[in-house]
Amino acid sequence: MARKTIKVDFLARVEGEGSFKVVVRDGKIQSAELNIFEPPRFFEAFLRGRAFSEAPDITARICGICPVAYQMSAVHAMEDALGVSVTGPVRELRRLLYCGEWIESHTLHIYMLHAPDFLGYAGAIDMARDHGDIVRRGLSLKQVGNEILTLLGGREIHPINVRVGGFYRAPRRREFQALTERLKWARDAALETVRWTATLDFPECERDYTFVALRHATEYPLNEGRVVSNRGLDIAPAQYDDHFEELHVARSNALHSRFRDGGLYLVGPLARYSLNFDRLSPMARDAAREAGLGPVCNNPYRGIIVRAVEVLYACDEALRIIDAYEEPEQPFVAIEPRAGTGFAATEAPRGLLYHRYRLEPDGTIADACIVPPTSQNLATIEEDLTQFIGGWLDLPDDDLRHRCEQTVRNYDPCISCATHFLRLDLDRG
Amino acid sequence: MPRGASGLIVIGIGNPDRGDDAAGRCVARLVRPMLPDDVRVVEQDGEATALLACLDGVRAAFLIDACASGAPAGTVHRFDAAASPLPSGAFGLSTHGFGLAEGIELARALGQLPSVCVVYAIEGACFEIGAALSPPVRESLAGVASRLRAEFTGAHDLARKDAAHA
Repeated sequence: MARKTIKVDFLARVEGEGSFKVVVRDGKIQSAELNIFEPPRFFEAFLRGRAFSEAPDITARICGICPVAYQMSAVHAMEDALGVSVTGPVRELRRLLYCGEWIESHTLHIYMLHAPDFLGYAGAIDMARDHGDIVRRGLSLKQVGNEILTLLGGREIHPINVRVGGFYRAPRRREFQALTERLKWARDAALETVRWTATLDFPECERDYTFVALRHATEYPLNEGRVVSNRGLDIAPAQYDDHFEELHVARSNALHSRFRDGGLYLVGPLARYSLNFDRLSPMARDAAREAGLGPVCNNPYRGIIVRAVEVLYACDEALRIIDAYEEPEQPFVAIEPRAGTGFAATEAPRGLLYHRYRLEPDGTIADACIVPPTSQNLATIEEDLTQFIGGWLDLPDDDLRHRCEQTVRNYDPCISCATHFLRLDLDRG
Repeated sequence: MPRGASGLIVIGIGNPDRGDDAAGRCVARLVRPMLPDDVRVVEQDGEATALLACLDGVRAAFLIDACASGAPAGTVHRFDAAASPLPSGAFGLSTHGFGLAEGIELARALGQLPSVCVVYAIEGACFEIGAALSPPVRESLAGVASRLRAEFTGAHDLARKDAAHA
């Protein structure tokens, strides 16, 4: 029996530790498995017994790349449990903070982690030797995202200014002056990024994904919306557990998510974009069309363009928010603890991030459930490998291994968040 | 002169809440009062792109980090990073695999590495969350600060001379 094994022991240019193994028998993919050996993180257990007010700072520590996402899902879920609604300028500041994280996270992935795959480099350092100006543009663009986090969050990583009900301190209007000029540059750089990513070579690989993302009545989704799919799902975040489940998979310290009927789904930029194209700003929509994207994108390799479109949107949206900003009378809504259960989903850079908390009457956290986007995508990444690799089996092993790694990196997986990844084992027989 | 005007920078790298990983930051705090006012002293978590931003336009950089090369705890290594890359594997990786060594190589590839770039690495023993510095590492800090101060005397005079001729 012809047998081949492709094995990558440590996946590079992803966050966290994992590997993958692909087994080929008689020219057909028998299995493709992601092995997540990053140790379990136990954050949900850490939260039990802590005050509701501690959740944003504790959950921010789950990830150094997307701490804002964890903070936002935490505060919205707590506010849901406590019967509080945050509106006006404070709500807008939350969107602005999230824009900063999207700019920072997406730009890091586009320029430093994913572009080397398309341009044939082992990594960003090798790419920088030949494409210095491009890498410099990426680093400067990422820095603008960092600056938003610093101004609003108090520091670049793990912001300290977020609280349930709003912020500890709201910035004065004048504090945005320097950032506004930086964001105007960033918006131009983001547009150049969309145009540049559109020139890369993309494998002709498409799948009929089930996309899942938030959808809001008027906005491209960041903090709020209903959980929708391209197959008719349309639910409130509070109904998430009725439709999705997490399963333990022996090879993985990360749980795998599925629809309760067993179906796989995809969260992240492709899903968000394909379900919300009409909610993009005109500038971002025009740039997407110019880059050759339709209103739906089913080619995961083109995700690098979609991320660039979202960076452009985030810069545009940040400028809109700053332009309209009026200093709030108070930076937060006062909250009285009470017993209750709260649900929230927000759009982390890598996709839907669901939190659920049950609170005791004094606001102590009795139970917590956190479902990160990478967990929701793991089964779909394996399915991508299974479906796509069959067409590439005539490639030399090193090229095939690289193509597999690129396929995983399409998702910018955050294994540290999900452990709850990367060696490649390719067994060709 | 304002901090940073000399084009000299000290960067203490590490996680303050993970035992000996805090060594670089501790040295930065120790050495700050010993240095002229125009020398910039910063603390960082070691993320490469933030490090790169700190190195931009700098004439001389002195970086302090913890390392794990297998030497006895508290051993102090000195590397001339302007001359050659840091040894691989001794320094921790940061988010998405970009840490100190990668940050320096990225700066070199982009032509942004200062002509003087010295890395002091203090061998750590314990990197557990919430742990204190181990005794051998704590005892090494003052010595590293003194060596940095001595390096700075030369670098600072040179920088002032460069500035005067600029």
